[in-house]
Amino acid sequence: MESETIIRKTALKEQYAKFTGRKILFIFFLLVLVLLLTGFSATLGSAPITIGEVYSAILHRFFSNHFETSWLANVVVWELRLPRILLGIIAGTGLAVAGTVMQAILRNPLASPFTLGIASAAAFGASLAMILGVGFVGGEYIIITNAFVFAMLASFLIYGLARYKGTTPETMILAGIAIMYLFSASTSLLKYFAEVETLQEVVFWMFGSLGRASWTNITIISLVLIACVPYLLWKSWDLNAMGAGDEAAKSLGVKVEQVRIVGMLLASLITASIICFTGIIGFIGLVCPHMTRMVIGGDHRFLLPASCVLGAVVLLGADTVARTIIAPVIIPVGIMTSFLGVPLFLYLLMRRKGEYW
Amino acid sequence: MFGVTFSYASTPVLENVTMKVDVSEILGIIGPNGAGKTTLLRCIDRILKLEKGSILLDGREMEEMSRREIAKHIGYVPQTTSGGFPTTVFDAVLLGRRPYISWGSSDRDIEKVLEALELLEIEDLALRDFNELSGGERQKVLIARALAQEPDVLLLDEPTSNLDIRHQLEVMEIIKNLVRERRISAVMAIHDLNLAARYSDRIIMLNGGSIFDAGSPTSVLTPENIKCVYGVEAKVNDDSGRPHILPIKPTQR
Repeated sequence: MESETIIRKTALKEQYAKFTGRKILFIFFLLVLVLLLTGFSATLGSAPITIGEVYSAILHRFFSNHFETSWLANVVVWELRLPRILLGIIAGTGLAVAGTVMQAILRNPLASPFTLGIASAAAFGASLAMILGVGFVGGEYIIITNAFVFAMLASFLIYGLARYKGTTPETMILAGIAIMYLFSASTSLLKYFAEVETLQEVVFWMFGSLGRASWTNITIISLVLIACVPYLLWKSWDLNAMGAGDEAAKSLGVKVEQVRIVGMLLASLITASIICFTGIIGFIGLVCPHMTRMVIGGDHRFLLPASCVLGAVVLLGADTVARTIIAPVIIPVGIMTSFLGVPLFLYLLMRRKGEYW
Repeated sequence: MFGVTFSYASTPVLENVTMKVDVSEILGIIGPNGAGKTTLLRCIDRILKLEKGSILLDGREMEEMSRREIAKHIGYVPQTTSGGFPTTVFDAVLLGRRPYISWGSSDRDIEKVLEALELLEIEDLALRDFNELSGGERQKVLIARALAQEPDVLLLDEPTSNLDIRHQLEVMEIIKNLVRERRISAVMAIHDLNLAARYSDRIIMLNGGSIFDAGSPTSVLTPENIKCVYGVEAKVNDDSGRPHILPIKPTQR
């Protein structure tokens, strides 16, 4: 009898270890996919470069003794194509992690980085700069700073309302929807009085694109991610506990209100710092967490990193297709993510046995 | 626990409740809907903040303890919940180890989870999705989670609601054995007077936020008390030392 229980326990332990192993394998698989996509994506364009040349050009920077590269490959890869690819990777990562955190703290499958009106606030800020030329700083950074400041303003507004009225998910979501409508209406009003050319500019900004990639904005976004993501990963258990309900989480020792507020502000910061450079790229933050959850389950210790990498894969993949499908015209990636992501998402949803939610 | 008062907004829900739970004791809390049973449990676990009064845990003031510390001493089993993000039973129970771990789960944590699963005889459910389980199975998972916390006090909110009679008895037997074997205390809010009578060592009868009567099941569950608190005429029979309540009809208001 005693030995029987021990055997059963060991079997169960092994089963659980296997279950964990599968999750790690999935993350590893996605990482390899990102590397392959990077190489492939860098070969595409008017200057013909093979995939081998791409990798040696990249590695040449780090190990110049071991890898040879031509001047052309070096310039094309490092100056033209890599910034766009890297922006795709980090923007995808950031938007996906922000979405996963929002869904966890608001305990809502429909939450995304944009649930709390952050995107419409950013769009309003950008339109304000483009249409009226009003902004916090002048010059070439006016659109970026405006978008960033207004996006953060929206999240602080939610924070203020939540402080006053309680930090339940319902209050925060409803307040977010109200703020979203306020900023959308304001943007529409601005657009109504705008000239045709500026209007076009606004519409283009809102599509979302990786075309404005540069080493500077990659550095800025990376710094934000490096500051925020480890903290969120460290809070994985708290996010898991909050999925079981506020009461249960509190009884497990989680400071629910604090985690919710900090999580919301960090997710907003990540989102704002990305979309102020790229314009609005929806979808990834909403759907990548779900796709990951369907494959590896809801434990945030694995869900957060996996959905980061999946976000990078989807955004980079979408941009690669967007650049090639009717080249030389480049379709804004904000449009492409949905075209590529929705079939994949629906496939996973349908394939799943039983209920997902 | 002394003189606990709690209000939602300005409506007082609990007033001046004083009680004490001993080791290896099951304390049943009964009372009509809205009497403050759940609120009382939440106050004990500091999910809600007390307005007045204090709670001592083993002689220590709980106000001064951190949330994590409280979680190591008190396990709370909420009413069965459904919905939420999909999660496996194993991970749901592993959550109970959260007060002890920062990020990685050690072998000891896994061991504790397996122990709790085994105790409730739900090992075979370990990798199933929590949301796909039946009400009785979910209740057991929630109890297992609280056990993984290795608590000294177990708080149970309606552990038998939504369960069929077999599961009701199973769950109550599990709680009874735990309390005896592990020398912990249990406080449970419960609607079913007969289950309360059978399994509680002592009973507190709440009405309108304060204690109406307290003591042994026999002394609390009297036709007069039931009539006064619930407004129900009832016959109380003696069932080998425990009272057995047979409700007859609501009294005229």
